[in-house]
Amino acid sequence: MNTDVAGTAVVPRPAPAPSGLSPATRQALARFGWAVLSVGLFAGIWEVLWALGWADEKLLPPPHIFLGNIPDQARFFNTATRWQIGVDANSGPSPYEAVFITIGATGMRVFVGLLIAAVLSVSIGVLIRYVGILEKLVLPTITLLSPVSPIAWLPVAIFIFGIGNAPAIFMVVVALFFHMVLSTISQIDNVNRNFINVARTMGASKRQVYARVIIPAILPQLLIVLRLNLFGAWMVVLVAESTGVGFGLGQVIMMARNTFNPSLVFFTIALIGLLGFLSDWLLRFVQKRVLYWVPETAGVLRGL
Amino acid sequence: MVCRNVGKTWAEGTARAHEALRDIDLDIAPGEFVVLLGPSGCGKSTLLYLIAGLERQTAGSIFAFRDPVEGPSPDRSLIFQETSLFPWLTVWQNVSFGLSIRGAPEAERRAVAREALQRVGLAEAMEKRPDELSGGMRQRVAVARALAMRPKVLLMDEPFAALDVQTRAKMQDFLLDVWRDSGASVLFVTHHIDEAVALADRVVVFTARPGRIKSIIPIDLPRPRDPFSPEAEALRRQLTEELRSEVDRAFAEQEALTPG
Ligand SMILES: Nc1ncnc2c1ncn2[C@@H]1O[C@H](COP(=O)(O)OP(=O)(O)OP(=O)(O)O)[C@@H](O)[C@H]1O
Ligand SMILES: [Mg+2]
Repeated sequence: MNTDVAGTAVVPRPAPAPSGLSPATRQALARFGWAVLSVGLFAGIWEVLWALGWADEKLLPPPHIFLGNIPDQARFFNTATRWQIGVDANSGPSPYEAVFITIGATGMRVFVGLLIAAVLSVSIGVLIRYVGILEKLVLPTITLLSPVSPIAWLPVAIFIFGIGNAPAIFMVVVALFFHMVLSTISQIDNVNRNFINVARTMGASKRQVYARVIIPAILPQLLIVLRLNLFGAWMVVLVAESTGVGFGLGQVIMMARNTFNPSLVFFTIALIGLLGFLSDWLLRFVQKRVLYWVPETAGVLRGL
Repeated sequence: MVCRNVGKTWAEGTARAHEALRDIDLDIAPGEFVVLLGPSGCGKSTLLYLIAGLERQTAGSIFAFRDPVEGPSPDRSLIFQETSLFPWLTVWQNVSFGLSIRGAPEAERRAVAREALQRVGLAEAMEKRPDELSGGMRQRVAVARALAMRPKVLLMDEPFAALDVQTRAKMQDFLLDVWRDSGASVLFVTHHIDEAVALADRVVVFTARPGRIKSIIPIDLPRPRDPFSPEAEALRRQLTEELRSEVDRAFAEQEALTPG
């Protein structure tokens, strides 16, 4: 590090990376390092509290306990098939397979729900602005329903879809839909007037103005809204699962609560945290790919 | 272009009604270069919007080639005061946006974009994104985009306001070339008296609040013009006088509106 600094001070042109890594790779590695450090710090404080005897390991088992015996924890994930009639606790997939099935099921619900919610709400938001009568007909209802907590929809989900994937996905969709429709509409209203006027002076039809100008102009904000709602989607899925709508991570947490197993609770929380982080990363990756023209503001902020 | 008794009141019929233009009578002959000069907020941009067909006048009528103006048309290209390139398109895609609206094939679009960009000296920047250009370059791309439509009337709202003096002089020369080649009429808004004298066949001076035509001053100097000739000097002095009283009046009114 020292030689690097000294080198660039003497020679005012970028020296080749000493380790042979590209700057982007090094940046990613550094970011990863900080993430590990951050989590490590948190875990460390917890461990110290445990060592001092302040954190009771029966209530707040520290990481080395709840992560220490993964095979033991994995056993409990066999809820993967338990909800089916006539299946006993020991049959079905192996513990590790069960963990992956559970994660896959929950993750799939989050992403399918997110996808349906995004496509549906953006199309309806655009249609509401595009077709005048739709606004008068549909918007009041959407505005009325948007403040309703997704939890209030849970009984509806069960009434309509029973158990399984459908109600959990429905919950995600319903949790995001109203909010995202309203957000789409306000996004459309905030599109730079000049953009629209330029297209109009060039003879663009209404349809072309929407397809060529409005949609690309609102896309960046919409993806940000989607990312902000990602965590909401995770939350709703867990709630849906824990109240008996199918199996999944939410169901594992609920079982851990009922059997008083704090280790399993924290193990599952750690899994959920990791998955949430990964899915955010994935969405950010998609965002960068789709929105190639949006400059990264992080660089500007880092200069402050 | 013919404007008859054109008036525009923003938010008409509400408490926030605001009369921006009144009794504008203006004829623009084919191939004529008309400059609008007036204090800030006198409604110059508003008049361009009306002629472009982006807004409707609230009084009088506007005709383009004998037809009443009822909406925007590719015949009348508007270059905006603020840069308005689409950030999601490259420079050449921006320039040929109007052609892509008509469904022209890519080869044609590229050719037209290259030619238009060459005219503004930015042929190198074809593949760049607007974000990567300076403010002045962006405005030149906007000019190229308007030219690519081969309009009969070019409406320009302070297009060179953000440029430095040298670039602006170059852009003015280039605009005059383009204007001569294309035979289009130009309606050009500016704050700069020098610019008006350098470019115009006629200068239309506006009054402030509501905007009305105060005077129309023909400029018969042959082109290319010498900005230091006594005639140009005299014209600049005359226009400065015309404007000064309006700007004074506009400021006096503003102060009267904001007590304290
Ligand atoms: N969309 C709008 N809605 C309501 N009022 C407007 C609108 N656009 C302009 N105005 C008002 O109309 C008046 C004339 O505005 P305009 O933009 O035409 O002035 P301008 O002569 O172009 O000024 P500048 O030289 O500063 O650009 C201003 O008082 C402005 O507040
Ligand atoms: Mg203006």
